[in-house]
Amino acid sequence: MYSFEFEKPSTIADAVAALAAEDAQALGGGQTLIPTLKQRLASPSALVSLSGISEMQGVCVEDDGSVSVGGATTHATVASEAANTYPALAALAGQIGDPAVRNRGTIGGSVANNDPAACYPAGVLGSGATIRTNTREIAADDFFEGMFSTALDDGEIITSVRFPVPQAASYQKFLQPASRFALVGVFLARFADGVRVAVTGASEDGVFRWSEAEQALNTSFSPDALMGLHVNPMNMIADLHGSKDYRAHLVSVMTKRAVAACS
Amino acid sequence: MPKDSGIGASSKRREDVRFLTGAGNYTDDINVHGQAYVFFLRSDIAHGRLKSVDTSAAEGMPGVVKVFTGKDFEGVGGMPCGWEVTDKHGAPMQEPPHPILAQGKVRHVGDPIAAVVADSLEQARDAAEAIDVDIEELTAVIDMKAAAQDGSTLVHDDLKNNICYDWQLGETDDAKVDEVFANAAHVTTLDLVNNRLVANPMEPRVAVGEYKRGTDEYTLYTTSQNPHVIRLLMCAFVLGLPEHKVRVVAPDVGGGFGTKIFHYAEEAFCTFAAKACNRPVKWTSSRTEAFMSDAHGRDHVSKIELALDAENNFVGLRTNTYANLGAYLSTFSSSVPTWLHGTLMAGNYKTPVIQVNVKAMFTNTVPVDAYRGAGRPEATFQLERVVDKAARELGVDPIALRRQNFVTQFPYDTPVALTYDTGDYNGTMDKLEAAADLAGFAARRAQSEANGKLRGLGINCYIEACGIAPSNIVGMLGARAGLYDAATVRVNATGSISVMVGAHSHGQGHETAFPQVVADMIGIDESMVEIVHGDTSKIPFGMGTYGSRSLAVCGSAMVKATEKVIEKAKRIAAHLLEASEADIELKDGQFSVAGTDKSVAWGDVTLTAYVPHNYPLEVEPGLEETAFYDPANFTFPAGAYACEVEVDPETGQVSVEKFTAADDFGNIINPMIVDGQVHGGIGQGIGQALLENCAYDENGQLLSASYMDYAMPRADDVPFYGVDHSSQTPCTHNPLGVKGCGEAGAIGSPPAVVNAVLDALNSGGKAVDHIDMPVSPSRVWAAMNG
Ligand SMILES: Cc1cc2nc3c(=O)[nH]c(=O)nc-3n(C[C@H](O)[C@H](O)[C@H](O)COP(=O)(O)OP(=O)(O)OC[C@H]3O[C@@H](n4cnc5c(N)ncnc54)[C@H](O)[C@@H]3O)c2cc1C
Repeated sequence: MYSFEFEKPSTIADAVAALAAEDAQALGGGQTLIPTLKQRLASPSALVSLSGISEMQGVCVEDDGSVSVGGATTHATVASEAANTYPALAALAGQIGDPAVRNRGTIGGSVANNDPAACYPAGVLGSGATIRTNTREIAADDFFEGMFSTALDDGEIITSVRFPVPQAASYQKFLQPASRFALVGVFLARFADGVRVAVTGASEDGVFRWSEAEQALNTSFSPDALMGLHVNPMNMIADLHGSKDYRAHLVSVMTKRAVAACS
Repeated sequence: MPKDSGIGASSKRREDVRFLTGAGNYTDDINVHGQAYVFFLRSDIAHGRLKSVDTSAAEGMPGVVKVFTGKDFEGVGGMPCGWEVTDKHGAPMQEPPHPILAQGKVRHVGDPIAAVVADSLEQARDAAEAIDVDIEELTAVIDMKAAAQDGSTLVHDDLKNNICYDWQLGETDDAKVDEVFANAAHVTTLDLVNNRLVANPMEPRVAVGEYKRGTDEYTLYTTSQNPHVIRLLMCAFVLGLPEHKVRVVAPDVGGGFGTKIFHYAEEAFCTFAAKACNRPVKWTSSRTEAFMSDAHGRDHVSKIELALDAENNFVGLRTNTYANLGAYLSTFSSSVPTWLHGTLMAGNYKTPVIQVNVKAMFTNTVPVDAYRGAGRPEATFQLERVVDKAARELGVDPIALRRQNFVTQFPYDTPVALTYDTGDYNGTMDKLEAAADLAGFAARRAQSEANGKLRGLGINCYIEACGIAPSNIVGMLGARAGLYDAATVRVNATGSISVMVGAHSHGQGHETAFPQVVADMIGIDESMVEIVHGDTSKIPFGMGTYGSRSLAVCGSAMVKATEKVIEKAKRIAAHLLEASEADIELKDGQFSVAGTDKSVAWGDVTLTAYVPHNYPLEVEPGLEETAFYDPANFTFPAGAYACEVEVDPETGQVSVEKFTAADDFGNIINPMIVDGQVHGGIGQGIGQALLENCAYDENGQLLSASYMDYAMPRADDVPFYGVDHSSQTPCTHNPLGVKGCGEAGAIGSPPAVVNAVLDALNSGGKAVDHIDMPVSPSRVWAAMNG
C-alpha cells in the first residue's frame, strides 16, 4: 500500500474535522478498504478510524421500539445484541463472511460501500431503515444509488442506522460459492402496513425492492402468491457464478423461502 | 490389535507439533542479513510485443538497488523442460524458449517484464510503477481448438503452429480402431472438459538468493518439493553454475500439490540477482501473483468413445484430447497429458483396443503442469464418466458393468504401455459396497425425497500409476531425468539415527512415517530415528516428492541402506559375541546368537563402530550407508469410490452427503497418515468437481484471479469421509510392498461426484447426460432447465 497518515478520534466531531482534510477517508473495520489499499487501488492521504468513537458503538432499542445500530458496530455485535430485538437482522449479520470478518467489519462500512452483493443493504432497504449521518437522516429508499454508490457526501459519516422492527422478517441468502457473499439475497419484512422485499446480489443496479412481489404479498401473504412472478432478467448480473436467468430465478426462489420462513 | 509403534502403527505426526505451535521454519521465515527485496513487474496484457521497457526513472528512485529486464538475461539460459515428447510422426515436440524475464513478447497475464530490487518491498513496488512499458497488443490465443487451426495467431513466432505435439498411444492403425467401432453393438460418446485449476497451497512461493563473494558460493532457499532437481536444472540449464558451488534449501514447505515441483524463473532470478547486486535478494509471492505465476493444473478438452459388444464387454476405446500447456513449457508439463495420462486410459478394465490422441497446445495463459494426480485424474474422469454414461444408456447397473469388465488376471499388460503387477478390483469393490452401505441407499434416497431433495449415488473406480520409473524406460520415453531416489542412513555412536532422504516432505508426514520403517527393521524406538530432508548440502541426492513416489521409491532406498547398516552391524556383533555372522539375529534392538542366550544391544554395537577398540580388523569403522533405488516398475494403487449427493431441485445446489473410499494401497506403514492423505485428496477432488474453476475471458484476462471468484473447498463443503484400506495386494517389486497413496483421493473422487449428481437428476426425471466441472448450482440448474 501507499503510505498514509492515521488518526483515531474519539468523538464524531473530531472525526468529521479529520475527514475534512483533502483525500482523507473513513476507516470502519477495514475489511473492504484495507484489501483495496494493499492492491494500491486507493491512495488516501489519511485514514480516520471510527472504531474509537463510543457513541457509534452498539445496539439499542429506541423509545418508539425501533432498533438502532451504531455506525461502527461490528457484524458480530449485531449478531449477538440484536438477537432478541430484531432476530432477522441479527441472523443476517451472523451470515456475513467468517468470524474474523464479522469481528472487524461494521454496518457503517458495509452500507457506505454498497457492494452489489453485500447483505446489509438488503436488510436496510428491506426494513425501510433510516441512515443517520453527522448531518442528516436519509431514508433507505433514497440512500442506495446503484452499485458502490450512495447518497453520502464526501466526508459524511454514518453514525447509526435505525431499523423499525417488523412483525416478521427473514433474510434468505444464496451463497456465491467462492466469496460467499450473496449470489442472491432476499430480505423480506412484514409490517402492519405492508410487506417490503429487498434483493441484493442480483442486479446491476445494486440492491433493489421487488415491488411486484410486495404487491402480491400484500394481497395474499403466502409463497403461492408469488407463482408466476419473475424479476426481469435483463438487469441481472451475469458472471462466472450465474447467468442473468439463473439470478432472476433465484430471486423468486429466495423470496418464496423468505415468505415461508415468515409464515 | 493395532500396533502402537513401527510399521502399521498410527504414530502421531511428530512434525505437527512445530507446525501447530508456530515453530515451523518456512522460506518466508528466512531473512538473510542485508537482504534486498524484489518486485516483479508483470504483464497485464495476455499477448503483446514489447516495444520498449524504459527503466531510467525507476533506477533513480529511493532505495532502488538495481532494475532488471529481459536484456540482462540474454547471456543465460531459459527455463528448461524436463521431458521431451516425441509426436506421432516421430518428430520432437516444439520447444520454445522460456526466458527468465520476457524478451520480445509477453505471453500471458503475469509474465514478468522487469524486476526491481530495492531496500524494501514497498520501494521496489514504487519504482516498478515508474517503469514505462510500451506493448503492442496482439490477439490473445485462448481457445485451444481455435489455436490448433491453420492461420491462428502464434503464441511463439518461431514455431510452425501452436501445437507443441500431436501425440498418440495405443493402437496406431486407425482402420483397426474404426472397425472395432463399426462392429460394436453399442457406442457411447462423451465430450467433456477437465477444468483448469490453481493449486493454491496455503504457503505462496518464496525464494531467497544469497551469494558469498569470498568463496563464490550460492545458496537458494526456496519453496520446493525437490531441491536437488532445482539445483540441477538451475545450474546446468539456466545459469551455468557449478553444482558444487550451489546449495538449494527447501525448508518447511506449506503444501505443494505439484505446483512446487517445477523450477521457476523467480528462483533463478534471485540466485542470479544475489551476485549481480552483491546482496541477498528475497521474493515472496502475493496471493494475486500466485494466481498468475504458479503453474496451473488440468485444462483438457476431450472427446471419448467407448465401444461395447452385445454382452456389454468393452471392446474399444478412443479418445481425442486437447491439452493446454499455457504460454511456455513448465518443467514437467509435456509429460502430463502424455505418459501420465494416455497410459492410464485402460483404467481397471480389460478393453483390448485403445487409442489415445493428444494435441498439446500453446495458449496465452499461465503454464500448466502437474497438479495432484497429474494426467491420471484427467484419464480417470474421461473413462469413468463414459462408463457411467454407457451404463445409463444400456440400462444396466453401473457396478455390474464395471465388474464385468475388470482386469482379474495379474500381471496384466495393458494396450497402453503399462504392466499392472497386482490388484484385486472385485475385492476392493466388495469392500466399498459394504463400507458405503450401498444396500441402504434406497432408504436414504427416500428420506431425501421426503425432504424435497434429489439424492444420487455415484460410483467410480480408478487405477493409478505411482512412483514413475524405471529410469531406463522413462529415458526412452523422453524424460531428461532419472527417477530413482537415494537415502543415507547415518547411525550415530550412541545408536540414534539420522536418515538423509531425497524425498521432500511438505505435509505428507515423512518425518513420522519414514522413521517407523527404520525403527521397525532394527527394533528400536521410533524417536531414535530422524529424517533429514530438503537441503542439497546435507543429502546425497534425491529426485524429490511428486507422483506419490516418496515411500515406494525413496522409502525403498532407505530400506536398502538400512539393510546394509544391519548387515555391517551384524558383523560387528558377531565379533563382539565371538560367533559366526550367519548365526546373528537382530530382534527388538538386540543382536543375539541363534539358539543361545548370548546377546549384545544395538547401542553397544553402534558405539563399537565408532570406538573400534575390540573390532574386526577387516571391517571399516563407522556405521553409515547410502543406497540408490531405481524401481522396476510403477506401483498401481487402485480403488473404488462411492459418493452420495443431494441436489436441491429449485436452486441446483449440490451437497455431498456421504463419501466412501475403498483403496488398495498394498502394505500400509501408518494408517492414520494414509487416511489423511485420502481425506485431503478427496477434498481436492470435491473442490474440482463442485467449486474450482480457473477461467479466462477471450482476451486472456484471468476472471478468477482471487478467492472472491476462485472457490476453494471449505470444511463445510465436504462430509466426514468413510475410508476402507483393508483391501491389500502388496506391490510385488518394492521391498515394503507399498504403493502410492498421495494422489488417489484427487484422482478417484471427481467422477464419483459428477456421476452422483447425474444419478440424482436422472432419478428426478431430468434426462441429463453430462455437466462439466465445476458442477456449480448455476450449471446444474441450467442443465435441469436446458
Ligand atoms: C472474506 C470476506 C468475506 C465477506 N463476506 C461478506 C458477506 O458475506 N456479506 C457482506 O455483506 N459483506 C461481506 N464482506 C464485507 C464486510 O461485510 C465488510 O465489513 C464491509 O463490506 C465493509 O465494512 P468495514 O467496516 O470493514 O468498512 P471499511 O472497509 O473500513 O470501509 C469501507 C468503505 O466504507 C467507508 N466507511 C466505513 N465506515 C463508514 C461510516 N461509518 N460512514 C461512512 N463511510 C464509512 C470507508 O471509507 C470505505 O470507503 C466480506 C469481507 C471479507 C473480507
